[in-house]
Amino acid sequence: MDYSQFLAMRQEIALLVVFLLVFLYDTFMPKKALAATASFSTVLFGLFTVASFLWGNPGEVSAFAGMYQTSATCVAIKNILNVGVLIVLIQSCRWVNGEFMSIRRGEFYELLLVTLFGMYLMISARHFLVFLIGLESASLPLAAMVAFDKNRYESHEAAIKYMLTAVFSSAVFMMGLSFVYGLTGTLYFSEIALQLGNDIDPLLVVALAFVISGVGFKLSLVPFHLWTADVYQGAPTSVTSYFSVISKGAAAFAFLVILVQAFGTFYSTVWEWMLYALIILTITIGNLFAIRQTNMKRFLAFSSISQAGYIMLGVVACNAHGLESMMYYILVYIFSNLAAFGVIGAIENQTGKVLMTDYNGLSKTNPWLAFSMMLAMFSLAGIPPFAGFFSKFFIFNAAISQGSIAIYILVLIALINTIVSLYYYLLVVKAMYISPEEPQIATFRSACTERLGLWICVSGIIALGIVRFFYDSINALGAGLNAPDTITNLLNMIG
Amino acid sequence: MELTILYYLIPSLFMFCCGVYGFVTRRNMIAMLISLELMLNSVDINFVVFNRFLFPGEMEGMFFSLFAIALAAAETALAIAIIINVFRVSENIDVRDVNKMKH
Repeated sequence: MDYSQFLAMRQEIALLVVFLLVFLYDTFMPKKALAATASFSTVLFGLFTVASFLWGNPGEVSAFAGMYQTSATCVAIKNILNVGVLIVLIQSCRWVNGEFMSIRRGEFYELLLVTLFGMYLMISARHFLVFLIGLESASLPLAAMVAFDKNRYESHEAAIKYMLTAVFSSAVFMMGLSFVYGLTGTLYFSEIALQLGNDIDPLLVVALAFVISGVGFKLSLVPFHLWTADVYQGAPTSVTSYFSVISKGAAAFAFLVILVQAFGTFYSTVWEWMLYALIILTITIGNLFAIRQTNMKRFLAFSSISQAGYIMLGVVACNAHGLESMMYYILVYIFSNLAAFGVIGAIENQTGKVLMTDYNGLSKTNPWLAFSMMLAMFSLAGIPPFAGFFSKFFIFNAAISQGSIAIYILVLIALINTIVSLYYYLLVVKAMYISPEEPQIATFRSACTERLGLWICVSGIIALGIVRFFYDSINALGAGLNAPDTITNLLNMIG
Repeated sequence: MELTILYYLIPSLFMFCCGVYGFVTRRNMIAMLISLELMLNSVDINFVVFNRFLFPGEMEGMFFSLFAIALAAAETALAIAIIINVFRVSENIDVRDVNKMKH
């Protein structure tokens, strides 16, 4: 066996080292030192993030007989996720350092790092067994994280709802895999594409529907979204923010890899149409249900459902430009959504209030929190000059470049929905700035970690769209590809 | 009588459908978990049968079902732990009562 192939997995191995260090710290350090678990883990993860940026491009390397593959694109999406996780860790410091968490600080970080490891595997898997292990190790510890708040009833209810639906969806997903295996005799993505050829087997359509619904659950696309609002509301806010950005970003990328590499030949015949239906339903229903929410966390849950629909536009475009704009969208979405959750978390930690009516007149008592929230809402809604506008612009542009009439209609529907979403995002801004009612929340100074997290998010929201370095460097991943941007380009880019 | 592939696939599909039916109709969380186990195990049968009958030269399906069994065990362990927690806070594991969050 060639042990040098472990070098291809250096990001995963480094993450595993971080996990082990946190675990050893949590297990063997004296009680006094345990109070510093949060800063220890955050700093360690920050070092890891910087290091994995510095490692640069490994080129296309495959390991373990092609089951694992890394390329410039995989490294880039992992780095994007790392940045998001780092912001989540910074924002959750105050919650972790609270009285209630004093005996379970380490566990939060350990579970979180294991789920991130699972997401890395999902991104780099080129074999369904590795993908499944990644998917499960990303979703099972998340259930334990949802149940973290032992004294709150909602936390347990959310956890059991998440757990049962997660296992159900992964059973459906595996059933689909067994059909694929029966048709082709292999579980390698590229081999499956070779074996299937161009004929449409009815069993293949069933298998694809099962596979799409299994991954669609992770992404909370609409017919499979019912768990989302309850889990977002019940879980601790730090876990919710992790849920809404990181696991969604990883699943979107992995979804694209599966559909393109294993089932790419059936794009225009089978799954393009399935995705059209899913995207229209996801964006529309997510928006309509967001309007009537009163709890901020539920509100952001439905907003994140509709955002997932926009992310899927990058998959349905099925070209290299689509993948680039999807990655950029995920990056921008991380910053905007974490800014919103940062404000919600800061207010919840201080006062325990999460209702939208509690935010009435927030600008009078806490102008900076209200300002950050406003920027986050503007960015999520896609108002220029904030980053959200550019990410939506790029992803619509990529989808349209695919060129069929059907996709023009799809993008038009998405565009109309952007206007609908503007309404409910502005409801929050209205409550904070215009509402004449007396402020519900007294003036307070949030913890320095929360302020640091918000500063990072706000500067990201402003800079990501204006400074061209960010989208230029994502765009550079697809440099040197052929002029008619087709699925072949996309395959080359994934590696 | 020769046992063809259908003698295995039809029971496995039946098991899967029973699991789905049980998951939708049962109101006790443990019973729902058992239904989920039925679904997961029917997947294992499918993989082994496809491997044995269609692709006897390789072992990929067998290995997949080995991993799938391990994953199913992990899922059950975690689900049971959460159910115990739910029972502690609400003295009940009927899903109709674990339904306080909705708008």
